[in-house]
Amino acid sequence: MPQLKVQIKGIRDGLLLVAGEGSWEEIHASILTQLDDQASFLKGGRLAIDVGNQILKAVEMSKLRDEISERGLTLWAVLSSSPTTEKTAQTLGLATRLSKPRPERTTRPLETTLQSGEQAILVHRTLRSGFSLQHAGHVVLIGDVNPGAEIIAGGDVIVWGHLRGMVHAGAGGNEGAVVCALDLAPTQLRIGGQIATTPQRRGKPQPELARVVDGRVVAVPWNPKSVGKRE
Amino acid sequence: MPGQVVTVTSGKGGVGKTTATANIGAALAASGQKVVCIDADIGLRNLDVVLGLENRIVYDLVDVVEGRCRIRQAMIRDKHLNDFFLIPAAQTRDKSAVSPSDMVRLCEELRPDHDWILIDSPAGIERGFRNAIAPADIVLVVTNPEVSAVRDADRIIGLIEAEEKGPARLVINRIKSEMVKRGDMLSPDDVLELLAVELIGLIPEDEHVVMSTNQGVPIVLNGKSKSAQAFRDIASRLKGEEVPFTPLDDDRGIFKRLARLIRPEGN
Repeated sequence: MPQLKVQIKGIRDGLLLVAGEGSWEEIHASILTQLDDQASFLKGGRLAIDVGNQILKAVEMSKLRDEISERGLTLWAVLSSSPTTEKTAQTLGLATRLSKPRPERTTRPLETTLQSGEQAILVHRTLRSGFSLQHAGHVVLIGDVNPGAEIIAGGDVIVWGHLRGMVHAGAGGNEGAVVCALDLAPTQLRIGGQIATTPQRRGKPQPELARVVDGRVVAVPWNPKSVGKRE
Repeated sequence: MPGQVVTVTSGKGGVGKTTATANIGAALAASGQKVVCIDADIGLRNLDVVLGLENRIVYDLVDVVEGRCRIRQAMIRDKHLNDFFLIPAAQTRDKSAVSPSDMVRLCEELRPDHDWILIDSPAGIERGFRNAIAPADIVLVVTNPEVSAVRDADRIIGLIEAEEKGPARLVINRIKSEMVKRGDMLSPDDVLELLAVELIGLIPEDEHVVMSTNQGVPIVLNGKSKSAQAFRDIASRLKGEEVPFTPLDDDRGIFKRLARLIRPEGN
C-alpha cells in the first residue's frame, strides 16, 4: 500500500494539506489522490498547502492550482520553508502565511427561545443601536436602551436608565404588561397590541410607568408623595 | 516598543474620518513619531488626496496583500514629514480584495518599525469595516453633533464592543459653538450622555479644513486654527498625555464681536 504523503486538517480558514517527505512527483500525485478520494466532502472548500521544504517553480504551482480548481476547490495559500517557493506563491498571488488563529467574533445575540413562562432575566448593560433583546418572560435592564435598539418581552419591562429605543412588553398579547423606566422616552412603546409614541419631552426626565388603560397606553410619573400616601 | 494600531471609523459617511486620520497622523509624525497611515477604503480611496500624494501611487494595499510588491514599495513618504507614510487603497477593486486576517498580518509586519499605524476605515458596518477593525488596538469613533451620525456611532460602538476591541474613544467633529449655544445643535455633553464612551477630541467646524483638504496639506502642518490645535490635542492624548479640552468659543474676543455687530456678514 502506498504510504500517504499528505495529511488533511481542518483549520479556521478552510483546509490545510500538510505534505510529508518525498519527491514532488510523489507528493503531487498523493495530493490529487486525496482530493479525488474525498471530492464530495471537500468540494467548494478553501485549501492551503504546506509543502515543507519543497522547491516549487511557477509552472508546477500554477499547474497544481489549476488542478485543484478543476476539483471545485480554491487554493489560496502555499506555505513553505523554502524562500523560492514562497516567492513563487507570491507571484501567483497566493498567501504564504496563515493568519493567527483568532476566533471570529460576531455580535452575540441575547435571544432566548420564546416559551411561555413567568421567568425574568436581569441584563446589566447598555443596549446600543442595532441590538435586540428578546425574552419570553419579564426583562429587567440596568443600563440604557439607546435609539435603534429594542427590547421585546413576553412580560413586563423595567429599565433602570434611559429608555430611548423601541420597547414591546406583553409581546404575546398580554395587555396587562407594564413598562417602567427612569427616563421613559422610547421611540415607540408597545404593550400587547397597543402602539404609542413618546410625546415631546417636557422638562427633566422622571421615572414613569406605562400601562394600558381602556385600550390606550398611558404613562404615569412615579411620584414619591403619592406613593407614600397609598402606603 | 511595538507600534500601536489605531483605527478611525464612524459608521456614517462624511463625518470626517479621513480628515481626522490624516491630521492625527500628521500631528503624531510632526511630534517625532514614526507613523504609517493605511487607507482601508478600497474602491473609494481618499486619504491620498487629503495628503496630496495622489500622483505618487505606484503600488497599493491590494498589491501588498496579493504579494505583487513588498510592503516598503507601497509606502509613500509624505511631502513634508520624514517619518510619515501612506499605504493607499486600490481604486479599481473592492473591499473583498482584502480579508481581516490580511490586515492583521500587514499590521504585524509594520509594528516593529513604526510607533503608530493609523487605519482609515470605510463607512458602513460590512466587510470594509471588519477589515479595518481587525488589527486595531485602539478605535477612534468619529461623529458629528447630529442625531443621524450619533445613531450610527452608537451602532458602531456596539459592534466594536462585540468584537472586543473596545472601549472605543470618541471624536466629535464639526461642532458649531454658536449653534450649540442657541440650542440648535447637540452639545458635546448631549452626545456623550447618549454614547457613554471616553471622549478624546472635540473639533470645531472650521472652513480652513476644507481649504487644507483641497490643497492636500493636513491642517495641523500649517494651521494656527482651533481645529488644527484640536487635532494636535488628540495626538497628544493618544500618546498618553493629559490635555485639557479647550472651551470651543473663547476666541470670540470683544473686537471680533463688535466687528460682527457692525458687519454681520463679515468675519
